Amino acid sequence: MTSNGPAVVTLPTDTQILITREFDAPCHLVYRAWTTPELIKRWWAGDRGEVTSVEVDLRPGGKWRYVMTANGGFEVAFHGEYHEVVPGERLVSTEIFEGMPDAAAVTTTTFTERDSGTTLSILVQHQTKENRDAHVNSGMEGGMQESLSHLEKVARALVSAE
Amino acid sequence: MARAATTTDAFNAVAEPRRRQILTAVATGERSVSDLVAQLGLPQPLVSKHLRVLREVGLVAARDEGRLRLYRLNGFALKPIYDWVKDFEDLWSERFARMDVVLTELKQATPDNTKDGDDSDGGNGDDE
Repeated sequence: MTSNGPAVVTLPTDTQILITREFDAPCHLVYRAWTTPELIKRWWAGDRGEVTSVEVDLRPGGKWRYVMTANGGFEVAFHGEYHEVVPGERLVSTEIFEGMPDAAAVTTTTFTERDSGTTLSILVQHQTKENRDAHVNSGMEGGMQESLSHLEKVARALVSAE
Repeated sequence: MARAATTTDAFNAVAEPRRRQILTAVATGERSVSDLVAQLGLPQPLVSKHLRVLREVGLVAARDEGRLRLYRLNGFALKPIYDWVKDFEDLWSERFARMDVVLTELKQATPDNTKDGDDSDGGNGDDE
């Protein structure tokens, strides 16, 4: 089948991360893959480890927690609480990386039907720019203090043109 | 404590909103200082000051044409910033590729289930 391409990550403001992707499947199935524990286990770790535990209590006030063992052997866990649950359309929840328990983010996940497919968008709202930067940096070993706004788009275009 | 020098690296240099405006402007083509002053509506000394910072970290390059000095973006200096976002983006691309596999299976397991309840079973319940 056709590939739907890479995720697109932008940083709309100093405290936000926006991740978007098109899927070749109807909304209700993307929503099911996104919220069903047995299915989450199959995708959430990407190529970086194994998901060892997924708990989902999908209702306002319900809790969620995902745990993975990364390929390096260490454990990575996130948890939060659902604030809004609109099946097939929209989820709002908190998200806390257990390695940085003070840095709670609010994540709004939107499922939008488009022709025969679905646009998934995940907006992560952090409280501070430092927390946002640490989140983006979570896959890497290095550190950094400062970042940028919409410039990464320019950077992407230019670097890929090199 | 003294604040970090703005010329440390590209990350620091682009933290300033005005410098990002200048970078966006020179990304689409060469500009002189007076072009930038007109385009951005900023005072000339401020534009010159920011251009100096951007040149020191290599984000902007310059050449002289006659009496004009023309500035352009040096895309390669943005690569560390690009790489920083890219690893996070790669993680999500990996996740979504795996979701594609899951979704292909779900579509096969539930053929055409957007239509269920339409006609097939319509009035039967009421009659019995």
